Amino acid sequence: MSKTFTLDGREIPFETGQTIMDAALAAAVYIPHLCHNPEFAPHGSCRVCVVDIGGRQVSACTAAASEGLVVDSSSEAIQATRRAILQMLFVEGNHVCPACEKSGACQLQAVAYYTGMLAPHFTHFFPRRPVDASHPDVIIDFNRCILCELCVRASRDHDGKRVFAISGRGLESHLVIDSPSGLLGDSSFAAGDKAAHVCPTGAILPKGRGYETPIGERLYDREPISIVGDVRAHEEEVV
Amino acid sequence: MNASTAVTVEGFVTESLATHGRDPRHLLQHLIRVQQRFSYVPDAAVEALSAALDVTRTQVRAAIAFYAFLHNRPRGAFEIRFSDNITDRMLGSRRLIRLLVERLGLTGLPAWGHDLIRDDGRVSIGLASCTGMCDQGPALLVNGYAVTHLDAQRVDRIADLVQEGILLERWPGEFFRVGNNIRRRGLLLGNPATDSAALHRLVDEGADVALAEVERSGLRGRGGAGFTTALKWRFCREAPGTERYVVCNADEGEPGTFKDRVLLTDYADLVIEGMTVCAGVIGARRGFLYLRGEYRYLLPHLESVLQRRRAEGLLGMSILGADGFDFDIEIHLGAGAYICGEESALIESLEGKRGVTRKRPPFPVTSGFDDQPTVVNNVETFLAAARVVRWGGYWFRGEGTDQSAGSKILSVSGDCARPGIYEYPFGTPVHRVLSDCGAENTQAVQISGAAGATLSPADFDRIIAFEDLPTAGSFMVFDDSRDLLDMVRNFAAFFAHESCGFCTPCRVGGALLRNLIEKVAAGQGSEYDLSEMRRIGAVMRQASYCGLGHTAPNHVLNTLDKFPQIYRRRLARASHTPSFDLDAALSEARALTGRDDVGAHIRVQMPDGSEVSA
Ligand SMILES: Cc1cc2nc3c(=O)[nH]c(=O)nc-3n(C[C@H](O)[C@H](O)[C@H](O)COP(=O)(O)O)c2cc1C
Ligand code: SF4
Ligand code: SF4
Ligand code: FES
Repeated sequence: MSKTFTLDGREIPFETGQTIMDAALAAAVYIPHLCHNPEFAPHGSCRVCVVDIGGRQVSACTAAASEGLVVDSSSEAIQATRRAILQMLFVEGNHVCPACEKSGACQLQAVAYYTGMLAPHFTHFFPRRPVDASHPDVIIDFNRCILCELCVRASRDHDGKRVFAISGRGLESHLVIDSPSGLLGDSSFAAGDKAAHVCPTGAILPKGRGYETPIGERLYDREPISIVGDVRAHEEEVV
Repeated sequence: MNASTAVTVEGFVTESLATHGRDPRHLLQHLIRVQQRFSYVPDAAVEALSAALDVTRTQVRAAIAFYAFLHNRPRGAFEIRFSDNITDRMLGSRRLIRLLVERLGLTGLPAWGHDLIRDDGRVSIGLASCTGMCDQGPALLVNGYAVTHLDAQRVDRIADLVQEGILLERWPGEFFRVGNNIRRRGLLLGNPATDSAALHRLVDEGADVALAEVERSGLRGRGGAGFTTALKWRFCREAPGTERYVVCNADEGEPGTFKDRVLLTDYADLVIEGMTVCAGVIGARRGFLYLRGEYRYLLPHLESVLQRRRAEGLLGMSILGADGFDFDIEIHLGAGAYICGEESALIESLEGKRGVTRKRPPFPVTSGFDDQPTVVNNVETFLAAARVVRWGGYWFRGEGTDQSAGSKILSVSGDCARPGIYEYPFGTPVHRVLSDCGAENTQAVQISGAAGATLSPADFDRIIAFEDLPTAGSFMVFDDSRDLLDMVRNFAAFFAHESCGFCTPCRVGGALLRNLIEKVAAGQGSEYDLSEMRRIGAVMRQASYCGLGHTAPNHVLNTLDKFPQIYRRRLARASHTPSFDLDAALSEARALTGRDDVGAHIRVQMPDGSEVSA
């Protein structure tokens, strides 16, 4: 007999070793997430997947599932916390959604819609971050990076390249590239790398393929993320 | 940089590698040495280290950017960092910084993370978070060495020494004198002598007996969280692993805490004995003492204690002649990162990486250093454990309260006649500490550091114990002449600076909070901003990844509740009018201090520049 816990009133089966997120994904129940991607080790940094267990907040992507847990993932209090976290991510970088090539197919934007975030709310930091267009096939716009470290993990754990790392600390934390010049074009990065296809925002984008699908007809324009899931699963269909 | 220096850099790195090894986990230790020698980490060193240790140059650069005491651009030959804790400020540090800046012909003021560097490269002036000298501040670090008891005269003299380029070794020794200021001794401080009796007992009667005594004592960790020490040791002992490690957490980064410094100065043998007993209990062969960079002046002393103990057969192979009881300790230096006191970040840092908190579980007891079972304990915990094994668990239990056995060592600073170290049985009320240290007209006490709780006089009957007011040891006193908003601003800047940056609520929330507080301090805030501060604070508390983010908003939330007037009187558009006259409330303080000038009255600068009385 399989073990279960309760998520928003639903019984979710799980196996020992699974996280709340793993079990929810397997049961096709959506818990919003940005830094999580089941292909990589859980990270727990974005905090968007926060859920409530008996008054204690934990990240669903790192918390182990256990028998009889009562997990709240949809109360207004939890959604408000997630909204605030998303609002923080939006003001930390420079996200100009209407002009962004990723608009409509961006997980950050889709999760924001899901939680009911209507405005960035906090005062913008307007950091000065350059765009790196030095690579022939891929562009990196650091303005849209949310420090989820998915590209870091993909490059290290899948591509075996260690092209990316996070440097600095606090609000000065930023993504850096391992090449003598610090530019992507001088690194060993290739468009075929896993790391080129994991970014949940529009920070890592293929060159020369702009606006192929018109905005308005894109993934999350058609259906909410809670139904269609992560963009990565769909990207692979397109490529 | 010219070619000849590049050669020196490479030569230096080669030598460092030859002396201290090519373990990638020693990266941070190599970087600290390079920084000390060249006043920064030149690119040539980055390249050489990344090639020799097989870490990417990005990882090396990321480490330099992470640690506050490492730089990728030259600092001054004399690198000066003023301690910028609120207690240093209360002792007049800001005025002294200005004085030194002026005397050295620099302009402006350093800010956190932004140093003033003189064009000739002779000197730089920056700030450091609390340097752990709060009982003898204002303090500064020069090339990593602490100078205490600063006053205008001493700062003048420092300016001269810098101008004349006098080598640090020839500066007056008294500048570097660090006092212990032990004011009250209890169970632990009563007797500094060691005859290694705990170690003898361990060897004679076995690890089970030693562990049973620690169990009986009810000893809980002194680093803040208060986890039962015996349980931690037992978990580690029973966890599967090929090696086991003992780590002494001497990071002592919590603002206002300096008791571990005193313990490492006068009680080092007992601390090391405690680590050795732990090693015997859990079966560890290697241990680390993680010493915060601010205490690097203690390095020679600690090395000599280790050396002597090796010679006496108390460390090394077959300790006290016991076959198979092999254990030795290495000292690792930190490089200016408060988060490295958090045990999993500390382990990352021990492994030479950026000090970012690890995902837990697994906890260090099962998967710590090198993913092997590891005990991390505070300095005071190890000292207490050594005493407990010597004199028995009941001896320790005899003091304290139900859930908090034994005594607690406090670091007392701020507005009091006798700042310093006080040891009390757990269960001692706050007012007892205040009267012992000579605090008068106390407006507030900040207990357990910036991450702790702000107490108002209504709390002074409460007791210091895990069941009421837990503390890692910091006890900062604020009398009624102080504007508590200065404290709030200082702590908010501290947390924004010390957030490791890994998770969103702490990284962004901490910066938002700091900015909102500055807005209110500038007289541009409104009631709305105060509710924003509460909202952001709540999100940080609930959703952050580690203890730093969970506790970082405490001081804001506490003062909003207990001292709302420090905010309200500055609001540009208050939707609330105070029901009492604040300025009148200060008349007693004015009478006591004999001051009645304009500055002694509450005035608020309005956004248009005009001043109004509150
Ligand atoms: C942000 C942060 C900073 C910390 N700093 C220290 C420290 O400087 N010294 C310390 O002993 N514990 C510190 N701790 C607590 C440690 O993580 C850990 O609980 C402690 O070292 C365990 O030892 P103990 O059981 O003897 O208290 C800190 C925790 C956090 C979250
Ligand atoms: S570039 Fe994209 S994948 Fe990489 S850290 Fe930034 S947001 Fe995450
Ligand atoms: S709360 Fe998050 S950002 Fe803050 S120190 Fe901990 S892990 Fe780092
Ligand atoms: S998805 Fe769980 S913290 Fe990011």
